[in-house]
Amino acid sequence: MAKLKLASYWAAACGGCDTAILDIHEKILDLAAAADIVLWPIATDFKYADVDAMPDGHIDVTLFHGAIRNSENKHLAKLLRAKSKTLVAFGSCAHLGGIPALANLFNKAQVFDRVYRKSPSTDNPQGVEPQPTTAVPEGKLTIPEFYDTVRPLDHVVDVDYYVPGCPPTPKQIWNVVTAIVGGQLPPRGSVVGASDKTQCDECQRKKNDKKVLGFKRIATTAPDPDTCFLEQGFICMGPVTRGGCDTRCQLSGVACRGCYGPPPGVIDQGAKAISAIASIIEAKDEAEVERIMEEIPDPLRSFNRFGIGGSLLVRKAL
Amino acid sequence: MTFEPKIVGILCNWCSYTGADLAGTARIKYAPNVRVIRVMCSGRVDPQFVLKAFADGADGVLVAGCHPGDCHYIEGNYKAMRRMALLKRLLADYGIEPERFRLEWVSASEGERWASVVNGMTEEVRRLGPARLREQTRGKSAFVA
Repeated sequence: MAKLKLASYWAAACGGCDTAILDIHEKILDLAAAADIVLWPIATDFKYADVDAMPDGHIDVTLFHGAIRNSENKHLAKLLRAKSKTLVAFGSCAHLGGIPALANLFNKAQVFDRVYRKSPSTDNPQGVEPQPTTAVPEGKLTIPEFYDTVRPLDHVVDVDYYVPGCPPTPKQIWNVVTAIVGGQLPPRGSVVGASDKTQCDECQRKKNDKKVLGFKRIATTAPDPDTCFLEQGFICMGPVTRGGCDTRCQLSGVACRGCYGPPPGVIDQGAKAISAIASIIEAKDEAEVERIMEEIPDPLRSFNRFGIGGSLLVRKAL
Repeated sequence: MTFEPKIVGILCNWCSYTGADLAGTARIKYAPNVRVIRVMCSGRVDPQFVLKAFADGADGVLVAGCHPGDCHYIEGNYKAMRRMALLKRLLADYGIEPERFRLEWVSASEGERWASVVNGMTEEVRRLGPARLREQTRGKSAFVA
């Protein structure tokens, strides 16, 4: 059998997904034995022109990390879709918008104002902002256009598979790689490299009745190491997050933040978190309910930390 | 053309839907802007329903259930009370005006109250104008083109 042609591309990403791929350690040699890398900006020196020159469907599998934040991201998403037989949205950003999509609570003008004028470390008395095109003596320079809204990969192109996680765990990456090499992929559109259960199903902490009279934060209160976070009054995304990461956060003493995205059957993880968390509050009086809710300072970013771009409303109203 | 708000109403079977039915049989005249969906209990109202309504073009969403203490299933409406309180705060984070979302208690005998709730909310949403959230969510297809 001919070797697989594999591409790994980053759009609006931090590089953590690429690092996670390298975290499969010596198995990277097995990967290299099974597949030829044809594009991997973080590790190899292939150019976009090399991708342009490929015939359509030339790449067997593209692992696409990162969200769609600017016109370069969008262009590469379309290009790699055309050149790839299988396109995988890899990691939270490509899957649901991820951390970059938290900027969907602002628009381009607000982001630029903060970054190029207001941030304490900025010294920009002339208020210079990046422009899509700039005339210089040698000709015209262009940079990608910055969008108002950060979007997940499947808002731009058709996606064959989703690998959730910020980043996906190396163990799951290896499972996905072996499934690809062995040709054992599930039906298109599936989430792979994760389980079909929730975090709570897989979490080892002791669980009893959940009755919460107020909320605490890990920054100010030390949680008990063996008891369910929600029972102790810490916001945990476990009930509304897909399992498969071996509950690494919960084992390290922090509550689940929801990076593996919604479990099967859930469209909007944040909305479902509201359902779950409101249900465990022990109060029947409207004023008391309000008081307890006030103890959750930032519902949208707490409940949709990795998924605003892929949520039902996508962004804050423009 | 004047703007007619589209409001999605999600009503519990036992109190609010019967109350709205009473408004009809009593021939009370009120704004026709609410599209009613009947669920068995306000505790059945998943916050996803509300977000989905806004994402698909609703200008407002009205959830109605039995008064506290009157729930056919003992405490479904208390669950709704807690969920909708938290959902209101999420909607505020999404930049949706508070007038566009309401949780109201309407009993089976309160046809008049149902009519006045609908009239009041319709007027408030009419003053705000269209929600325009559909443009950003359906922007998905515009974005691809």
